[in-house]
Amino acid sequence: MVRPAAHGFDGRRVPARPARRRAPVRDGTKGRLPTAPDVVARLWDVLAHVPDPEIPVVSIVDLGIVRDVSPARVVLTPTYTGCPATAAIEAMVRLALDQADFADVEIETTLAPAWTTDWISEAGRAKLKAYGIAPPVPAGSRVVECPRCGSRDTEEVSRFGSTPCKAQWRCRACAEPFDHFKCH
Amino acid sequence: MTEALAMDRTRFDYLLRLGDDALILGQRLSEWCGHAPTVEVDLSLANMGLDLIGQATHFLNAAGEAEGKGRDGDALAFRRDVLDFRNCLLVEQPNGDFARTMARQLLFSTWQRLLFDALTASTDATIAAVAAKAVKEVSYHAELAAEWVIRLGDGTEESRRRMEAGLDWVWRFIPELFEMDEIATEAATTGIGADVTLFRPEFDARIAAALAEATLEAPKDQRPIVGGRRGHHSEHLGHILAPMQFLQRTYPDAKW
Repeated sequence: MVRPAAHGFDGRRVPARPARRRAPVRDGTKGRLPTAPDVVARLWDVLAHVPDPEIPVVSIVDLGIVRDVSPARVVLTPTYTGCPATAAIEAMVRLALDQADFADVEIETTLAPAWTTDWISEAGRAKLKAYGIAPPVPAGSRVVECPRCGSRDTEEVSRFGSTPCKAQWRCRACAEPFDHFKCH
Repeated sequence: MTEALAMDRTRFDYLLRLGDDALILGQRLSEWCGHAPTVEVDLSLANMGLDLIGQATHFLNAAGEAEGKGRDGDALAFRRDVLDFRNCLLVEQPNGDFARTMARQLLFSTWQRLLFDALTASTDATIAAVAAKAVKEVSYHAELAAEWVIRLGDGTEESRRRMEAGLDWVWRFIPELFEMDEIATEAATTGIGADVTLFRPEFDARIAAALAEATLEAPKDQRPIVGGRRGHHSEHLGHILAPMQFLQRTYPDAKW
């Protein structure tokens, strides 16, 4: 069952459920209690399997919106101030943590320092491109490669695309329209 | 009143101003949804509205905490009466045609961009964080508005006429953006707010540059209209609040 959406805003913690007995750890730590680094590594692994709700080919870890992980807390940051996926992402993280027997780990949302597209991992960029979304380009550059044919002969059609984080572009070489994840 | 209470009062009022500007313009822009000239423009206006409502959520939640009476951002947005809103008059002006909407956006986003630049240095952690987060989004809004002002101003006879009329309508609301009343002065002195008069020259220069590229002349200065920061609003604000607040007022705490 999905917990109610986590209405966390800056610095406000989403309360965790009362702790349940944790299932036995089956990650090579058999015979000893899991240490903090073990728990953190498992948490990262759980988070790496939570997809972005609007661009499901990338995980929230690929996007760089997982700010910090400790055995007690996962810290998230929104991409855009008004990103409507923020509440959905928190709910999905809560569910994933609960299902992995991390019901007692809290979720916290923070605004500072502000997320930038520089935090999207190399793997994330490659996944975006394979999915047909041109990844963000370095600040100042206006050269966007067509994710389909690789041509650099492209133009912006609209500053906003299907989501606030994307712009609509078109390739002059292969004539295909495509989304471009804006540099931010 | 103790000094600490006075400080909370200033912080509350200042956060309301920031939040209400964003909330009301966000709501205005959402009125375009499904009505814009092209689908790309429709997406742009809706997305800008979304950015603004995101800002409003942060500012109004913080305002509720500063007030300390148990109201959150939703309570402040949906259960306050028109006289308690602290937005500037510019943002509540009707959309008019697309040209007027873009003229209004150019003035507001250019101003908000410079304001947020200054507020990244706010001594209030929430204000500084929201400003730093939103400043890039707002600069995008300002650029988009400038492009349309230029395109319509330097366009056809009809588009030029409409942009001139749009600018003429919104021009009288500029002075209020740079008003430094008691609360604004107090906020700037204590470091949570910004002295808006400091960036007036930069604002004027940016607007002048956009108008020059649009081959338009600045409208003549008109008698300024002020009062929004004290709750003296135009008749338009009530008409925005009615549909916006209807559901939460009729079914308090409704969730779906």
